[in-house]
Amino acid sequence: MNTTFPRLLQNHAQSRPGDDALREKEYGIWQPMSWAALYTQVNHMAHGFHLAGLARGDHVVVVGANRPRLYAAMLAVQALGGVPIPLYQDAVATEYVFPINNAEVRFAVVENQEQVDKLLDIQPDCASLTHVYYDDPRGLRNYKQAGLFSLDALVHEGENAAAQAPGFLSAQIDACQPDDVAAMFFTSGTTGNPKGVVHTHRSLLDRAQAGADFDHLTNREEVLAYMPLAWIGQNIFSYAQWLCCGYVVNCPESAETITIDLKEVGPTYYFAPPRVFEGLLTNVMIRMEDASPLKRRLFHFFMDVARTYGPKRMDGEAIGLWGRLLYGVGDLLIYGPLRNNLGFSRVRVGYTAGEAIGPDLFTFYRAIGINLKQLYGSTETAVFVCLQPDNQARADTVGVPCAGVEIKVADNGEILVKSAGLLKGYFKNPEATAEVLTADGWYHTSDAGFLDAHGHLKIIDRVKDVGRIQGGSNDGAMFAPKYVENKLKFFQYIKEAVAYGDGRDKVCVMLNIDFDAVGNWAERRNLPYAGYTDLAQKAEVYQLVLDCVEKVNADLAADQLLAGSQISRFLVLHKELDADDGELTRTNKVRRGFIADKYGVLVTALYEGKTQQFIETAVKFEDGRSGSVSATLKLMDATTFAPVGQAA
Amino acid sequence: MSRDIGDVILDVNNISLRFGGVKALSDISFDVREHEIRAIIGPNGAGKSSMLNCINGVYTPQQGQITFRGQTFSHMDSHQVAVMGVARTFQNLALFKGMSVLDNIMTGRNLRMKSNLFMQAIRLGPAEREEIAHRKRVEEIIDFLEIQPYRKTPVGQLPYGLQKRVDLGRALALEPQVLLLDEPMAGMNVEEKQDMCRFILDVNDEFGTTVVLIEHDMGVVMDISDRVVVLDYGKKIGDGTPDEVRNNPEVISAYLGTGH
Repeated sequence: MNTTFPRLLQNHAQSRPGDDALREKEYGIWQPMSWAALYTQVNHMAHGFHLAGLARGDHVVVVGANRPRLYAAMLAVQALGGVPIPLYQDAVATEYVFPINNAEVRFAVVENQEQVDKLLDIQPDCASLTHVYYDDPRGLRNYKQAGLFSLDALVHEGENAAAQAPGFLSAQIDACQPDDVAAMFFTSGTTGNPKGVVHTHRSLLDRAQAGADFDHLTNREEVLAYMPLAWIGQNIFSYAQWLCCGYVVNCPESAETITIDLKEVGPTYYFAPPRVFEGLLTNVMIRMEDASPLKRRLFHFFMDVARTYGPKRMDGEAIGLWGRLLYGVGDLLIYGPLRNNLGFSRVRVGYTAGEAIGPDLFTFYRAIGINLKQLYGSTETAVFVCLQPDNQARADTVGVPCAGVEIKVADNGEILVKSAGLLKGYFKNPEATAEVLTADGWYHTSDAGFLDAHGHLKIIDRVKDVGRIQGGSNDGAMFAPKYVENKLKFFQYIKEAVAYGDGRDKVCVMLNIDFDAVGNWAERRNLPYAGYTDLAQKAEVYQLVLDCVEKVNADLAADQLLAGSQISRFLVLHKELDADDGELTRTNKVRRGFIADKYGVLVTALYEGKTQQFIETAVKFEDGRSGSVSATLKLMDATTFAPVGQAA
Repeated sequence: MSRDIGDVILDVNNISLRFGGVKALSDISFDVREHEIRAIIGPNGAGKSSMLNCINGVYTPQQGQITFRGQTFSHMDSHQVAVMGVARTFQNLALFKGMSVLDNIMTGRNLRMKSNLFMQAIRLGPAEREEIAHRKRVEEIIDFLEIQPYRKTPVGQLPYGLQKRVDLGRALALEPQVLLLDEPMAGMNVEEKQDMCRFILDVNDEFGTTVVLIEHDMGVVMDISDRVVVLDYGKKIGDGTPDEVRNNPEVISAYLGTGH
């Protein structure tokens, strides 16, 4: 698309000034903001930033939840030729130091006191940072630090200046070109410092438009924005596509009210990482268990019906009269009310992205009539690479290449992508850029996968993580840790899994149980427990987990490529893996290497065949204090199966 | 903190309270300045709650006067106290368990409603407009106390820490000048206590509300109060800043016992 973010805003403000652009729930009421009002606010902010000395090309850090004024601030920065850098609002302060210094950031726009405190903490290490603006003044009345301003004050100053220079914003917007840098996203990086992914207006908007065309999005869509803006998925769905299509973005009241807000808004276009869908499903299942026996039986009966006919129905296949009738009754009694309860009554297009989704989970949503699909993409590709067409959603593939994308598979199995949405480069990091972006325009995704017979892309794992078993009975077999971990995580009782096997004679995994799901399971069996650590080591829980592991093994045995990745031994960890302890990335992916170092004794014990092992681990609490957890962990063997198709 | 502590707003003079032969309070005097956080501490049975009940008009002391904003009373009338701008929370919570959070806080607005029961029942124009205005204020309190997710939840279903917060919300709905908090942190875990501390400090900071609180947890009291009164067996044994009180030998012996 040959345009820029601020120009799109200008178009909406001129062509449909009275239509709603944003809604925010405040004081119990959805408060709308029209495109005209948004434009005016952006105008005032732009004047304010200009007066404060924001120059073309300056980077501005944005930290906070989805708030209308943060959106306006990003637009104002972009209108002035600046580059917003959204950062994760739940990161600890020290994680902001690198991005701020790397991009020599002078300006920051943050949501509230919590974020202000974090930036003030690191200010001594960030000499360049001179202006911090906050949206919500609560608790900040008595902060007297130099360089701390409220957005109210900024808007107020800008308002006065805007009256003096009416043509200023239009001139600034005209000066902004599609090939200028529009935004920068720091990737969470599993090793080393994060890298700043530089995107232009053209690259982000090209992909946003391609996605919108693919799903025929209109300006009548309703979207609920609740994932961090620093995640490119959220940024594309609720910012780039919002401006492309001109639909309404709804900002929830608070992080805790999302399920309530979802019901009230009834989004038509919805996206979330798998864990959100999983959380919702777990909730439904737990509540169903508490329902009266009649309701429970009705639910289970019609869910079986839904699993039989629902996916076929979504894929547009013919269903017999009996099936249609049964499904119709189910829709009336169960699926309809359930969709309504989840807030999905109006969902026309739903996406899961960010990670692989479990087949049961995926099928559940499609079975009850929600058009849930998968897509493939990354920060570097501005999300849209592959998308699943409405009638061809599969749990194990990620769809077909969408318009404007070329895909090829390299000899080592790596997927290469070429599109107009590729990153301009990594910020101040030409070596890293050269590693992923070849001169002829191919981006190396570092994902291993292949295109199946129907032209759908299937992802196996990260290229660098795909390894080989060495020694033992499966010598030389292919090992894809993430593939194994995902299969485990698809069970509701297992929250996280870390698999090891590359260069070793067998596959061993360390697991986290899902405290809610297993806790509930235990309560139903009158199994008392004192907390996570205690529950995790119960013999009954180990048996439960063993079942899951052996099911995965049976499943893997049927896979020609990965039959050798079956799990020989496992243990359940004594503490939940946590991003604050550096064990997960901010997007909740396991940092396998880090965990192997930290829990070295456990890994050794697994491979040495011990049956139990003592461990003590330091933990960081949310309020910054630290403590330690210790436990003696059980280590358990799991049955493996002979590969299907070979003599048993 | 830069909020300006003003003149004496509440002055308690020589209060004595007896229940038959039991001397709950003897000859207690202290003052509370505008915008400050004033704590009353003491071991069990020291007379802390009795003191609050005297200020609040629940008990009538046999001796002494209470001066509030220049007016002197020998006994306070609870309704009149509320009209004058003194609100309180209760140690054992006094919420309507079956009613939603919203409705509970709305009851705190009762005093400020002008329309009568009949007008409200038939939703007469002025009554409805008034309700909307009050609802707005209640929503601001809900936002302030961060209890939006529980707006429509019956209070009885909430965990204890949140119920305490609703209790505080109901007191705030009165838009009080002086807030009396009876053990706001009793029975809470560390995290809930920290939250509650923050809310008390924020109330004091944002609305300029004078806070008189009774608390058991010495750590909390010392952290957030400007001045502390210490009671023991119905007598005042200390009064001053947290530091002064902490070093007062009588207080130390009351709390830790004396060496013999």
